[in-house]
Amino acid sequence: MIDLQLTALLLSPLLGGLLLAAFGARRWAAELNSLMSFCTFAAAVALTVRVVEAGPQVAFKEQFFIDQFNVFLVALTAFIAFTTSLFSRPYMRIEQDHGRLSTPMLHLYYSMYQLFTLAMLVALTANNMGIIWVAMEAATLTTVLLVSLYRTPASLEAAWKYFILCGVGIALALFGTILLYFAAERVLGQGGTALLWTHLNEVKGELEPTVLKLAFIFLLVGYGTKIGLVPLHSWLPDAHAEGPTPVSAVLSGLLLNVALCAVMRSKVLVDGSLGTHFAGNLMMGFGLLSVVVAALFLSRQKDIKRMFAYSSIEHMGLITFAFGMGGKVATFAALLHMTVHSLTKSAIFFAVGHAVQKAGTQQMENIRGMLQISPTVGWGLMLGTFAILGMPPFGVFASEFLIITTAMHDYPWTTPILLVALGIAFAAIFGKVQPIVFGETTAKPLPHPPALLPVFAHLLLVLILGLYMPPYLANWYRQAAALLG
Amino acid sequence: MSYTIQFINLLAAILLLIVFAMLSQRRILSLINLFAWQGLVLTVSTFVVAYSTGQHHLYYSAALTLLLKVLVLPWLLHRLIRKLNVRWDVETLINIPTTMLVGIALVIFAFNLAAPISQLAEGITRGLIGIALASVLLSLLMMLTRRKAISQVVGFLAMENGLFFAATSATHGMPLVVELGIALDVLVATFIFGIFFFQIRETFDSLDITHMEKLKDD
Repeated sequence: MIDLQLTALLLSPLLGGLLLAAFGARRWAAELNSLMSFCTFAAAVALTVRVVEAGPQVAFKEQFFIDQFNVFLVALTAFIAFTTSLFSRPYMRIEQDHGRLSTPMLHLYYSMYQLFTLAMLVALTANNMGIIWVAMEAATLTTVLLVSLYRTPASLEAAWKYFILCGVGIALALFGTILLYFAAERVLGQGGTALLWTHLNEVKGELEPTVLKLAFIFLLVGYGTKIGLVPLHSWLPDAHAEGPTPVSAVLSGLLLNVALCAVMRSKVLVDGSLGTHFAGNLMMGFGLLSVVVAALFLSRQKDIKRMFAYSSIEHMGLITFAFGMGGKVATFAALLHMTVHSLTKSAIFFAVGHAVQKAGTQQMENIRGMLQISPTVGWGLMLGTFAILGMPPFGVFASEFLIITTAMHDYPWTTPILLVALGIAFAAIFGKVQPIVFGETTAKPLPHPPALLPVFAHLLLVLILGLYMPPYLANWYRQAAALLG
Repeated sequence: MSYTIQFINLLAAILLLIVFAMLSQRRILSLINLFAWQGLVLTVSTFVVAYSTGQHHLYYSAALTLLLKVLVLPWLLHRLIRKLNVRWDVETLINIPTTMLVGIALVIFAFNLAAPISQLAEGITRGLIGIALASVLLSLLMMLTRRKAISQVVGFLAMENGLFFAATSATHGMPLVVELGIALDVLVATFIFGIFFFQIRETFDSLDITHMEKLKDD
């Protein structure tokens, strides 16, 4: 039974949200935020151990369903939410000292941070496709006020765009869910079970293919807006650039994954119903387009957070492409890439956050010589950039290598496109980060010591994953890949 | 039985007409009133479906719709436009005829897209998915053509109405827990939109979103 672990997992962020709504203005709110995130992480570890040992399970009258695939995302989400809370403690204090944030804003930030974690965990663990939708929408609602936290004209514009675009996207996903229900109730009958994924999965062969085809298009476009797939991505760079850096880190590292998880749940059903590669082809198309467009946009960026936001679009495109190819190896590679991308990208945002605070601007041409002022921030940024660009021996290299070799084998025509896009991305990002790290500087030291433990902890994990894959983890990913087919 | 089908089809047609009316309505106050009327049509149609199919949980849905979409949300919006002092604002819409033509094209597209599904549906639900999809797409068009933040939000809520119509009339209602969740999300979203209106006005001195087109990739 997993009831206990699951209750702890969902209760700690809920309790955290309520406590911080009450005490978010106190001096120790940041510590409380980290403590509650740590409790969530501990519960996630307990849940993971249980599920990897005992296999997929349902809980609470089948309303929740945990298998190797979503428990992997639960563990990743809880871990990065915890490290981000560690990072945000000094980061937000420095922002307050610089006069960019006031205590009421921090109050809002802390309580919404916990509720956002809760929304993501519910979206990951829910068995009911309708509840997944509700939780995805809740995840938007909790972050939209965080994107506009600074109340600058640009941040308001970014938040409005985020709200409207994701609102429209998620509405289309709801239409897809309704169509799914329409097909399901003909097989499973009226009532509560017709939207439960485990029940749908059992009868997926009997679901009406024409309806499911249409439903998947709506679900992919809807949740794809959240993933940041081109051409639905235009909210993403704005929201990442204008929001506070911890929010950029969790949006990029976690929310995009959660949306992709919802798409994969739908894909399993559609594949079972259609028996063709229709869903996979769509995902490959969107994925490839995202990789190419994002790579082309990378070199034109002037704002450092915007540039790394485009890099997220590129990597999510690559993951979507790999899931679309399907098969055990590609799915394994996609899962690995999800892990290493989330870890690396959030580490980069941590380092970028401190670099921006030191330089006082997000414009890359004015951020110079980070190594001089702070070797740890400089090296964190440099190593993170190496990792995200897929340099060996980091884990991103391993997953990208697997994806590209599989593509070469199954869909040879995509290989040159992918390689050229990755090459352009490499040149763009490396060329811009290099002068930021080296060179002369005018930046000022910070009033609080920066939190760099999370940066190096993430990068170390990515390095380990690149050098040596522990058998436990490899076995776990293999089981998850087998579930997704 | 055939009377109820006729009646629901009539309501569906009214729903679509209201969306077209919203698309061409310049006054913000009338726009909100149209939205309330749309909610009322939804309530009636949900009630009729509940009565004719004997689905008890649809009575709760109908009550929820009446409460949320006819009473609470229009009241909130009225309060907002009074506080923001934009009650009598008139929007300059360019090219209403073109918008209407695009709208008609969207309706035809929606019916074509939904055609294979409509053939599967039996009795009461035939053809309704097409209408629901059409009203979703028309609301989307409205969000695209509007330049005022409030009209965009009304478009967003109208889109949600279209979805709700698909859920109740075409599939006899989603499970109640899902409907409650969706209703809660919509309510919270409206509150957040309200907060945004004040923030936007404070920053830009107007609710015109043409001020908010600065973020671009150059």
